[in-house]
Amino acid sequence: MTSGQFVERMQTGLWRENPGLVQLLGLCPLLAVTSTFVNGLGLGIATLVVLTCSNVLVSATRRWILAEIRVPIYVLIIASLVTCTELIFKAWFPALDRSLGIFIPLIVTNCAIVARAEVFASRNDVVSSLFDGLGMGAGFALLLMVIGFFRELVGRGSIFSEFDKLFGGDPLAGLVLVDGGWLLAVLPPGAFFSLALAVALKNYFDNRREAAHKT
Amino acid sequence: MISRVAKGGVTLAVIAAICTTLVAATYRLTTERIAANERAWLEESLTPALGDIDYEGSISESRLVLEPPHELPGDDAAIIYRAYSGGAPVAALFAVTARGGYTGPIRILVGVDMARTVTGVRILEHRETPGLGDGIEPSRSDWVHQFDGRSLGDPPAAAWQLRVDGGQFDQLTGASVTPRAVVKAIRETLLYFDAHQAEIFDMPATAEPQ
Repeated sequence: MTSGQFVERMQTGLWRENPGLVQLLGLCPLLAVTSTFVNGLGLGIATLVVLTCSNVLVSATRRWILAEIRVPIYVLIIASLVTCTELIFKAWFPALDRSLGIFIPLIVTNCAIVARAEVFASRNDVVSSLFDGLGMGAGFALLLMVIGFFRELVGRGSIFSEFDKLFGGDPLAGLVLVDGGWLLAVLPPGAFFSLALAVALKNYFDNRREAAHKT
Repeated sequence: MISRVAKGGVTLAVIAAICTTLVAATYRLTTERIAANERAWLEESLTPALGDIDYEGSISESRLVLEPPHELPGDDAAIIYRAYSGGAPVAALFAVTARGGYTGPIRILVGVDMARTVTGVRILEHRETPGLGDGIEPSRSDWVHQFDGRSLGDPPAAAWQLRVDGGQFDQLTGASVTPRAVVKAIRETLLYFDAHQAEIFDMPATAEPQ
């Protein structure tokens, strides 16, 4: 039962209702930090953790929360979780914290999180809210990583550079394929192009599958 | 009706208390590590600008903060770090702000030894365009290394400019505004060191803010 539910929530988060690709939520951090794979991975993990914890807390307390005060309570819960996450990043991943900068505290404004609290966690039990948080968080993180990977590849000609930000050690250049690249990809317009391509690809696959089902 | 309001208030208060406790506990657990990280990061970001100068102790402890107005570049606080070896000064590091960057102030670090020669230049903070102005970062290009070993006589102060402006330093491909701001700030820092070399090393360190 729960494993089927887990698979169902993961499919929903990763593909069917992916927060970035379908709900188009949390686009500000998505567009801003995905200039490299490592940045995308870092913010993706942070968002996943915050989203999962906030879903669990909102779901666990939903019985006592009156409808009138639910929004301030979501804000309280999410803001506290984000502050803790920021402190933990500063303490254990200082290099990544410097690179993500303001986007860690800004997770608090990621509407994907408050949207899941309102739409899902406040109406479902703790276990399904946990699965929903994991699924949605993983969907968002995966999109950040995919876009980061391709922007870095096209814009800088490297793969997985600056991995030392996450794991410490000496600065790593990653796998440098060509020196320099198509600059536009790491500039803000490149972020919009990449997201548009990702959304278009998803819709293409969905349409094709739908067509295959009909025939 | 009133009881509903009261119930809401109590719920909010309880949840606020729980959340505050959570944040306070995390703060207590991480505060020491964060302070250590920041000290290590500061020391780590200072030493490259000293080149191969040998020094003793911690440079970040010899911090001297000059509040504006001062004669160094920039209109915010300038910080001078002093490096000593065997009790004698060997070099000074200046953290100053270069104005006139393409997208806002650029915080740079200039190291100068006792012979008034540049030991190294590093960029501490900037928001220049990726791929163009960010070539001032040593991880992106060799641009900042052209200042190593140069001084106000080599080239003369008037030639401490970009080649496009009639000076002797290279600009970056596709960007001259950013390098121009940096070169100007380095020149002004060297002029300041020329005028105030002795007194810089006599002043006591500025206390850490509490």
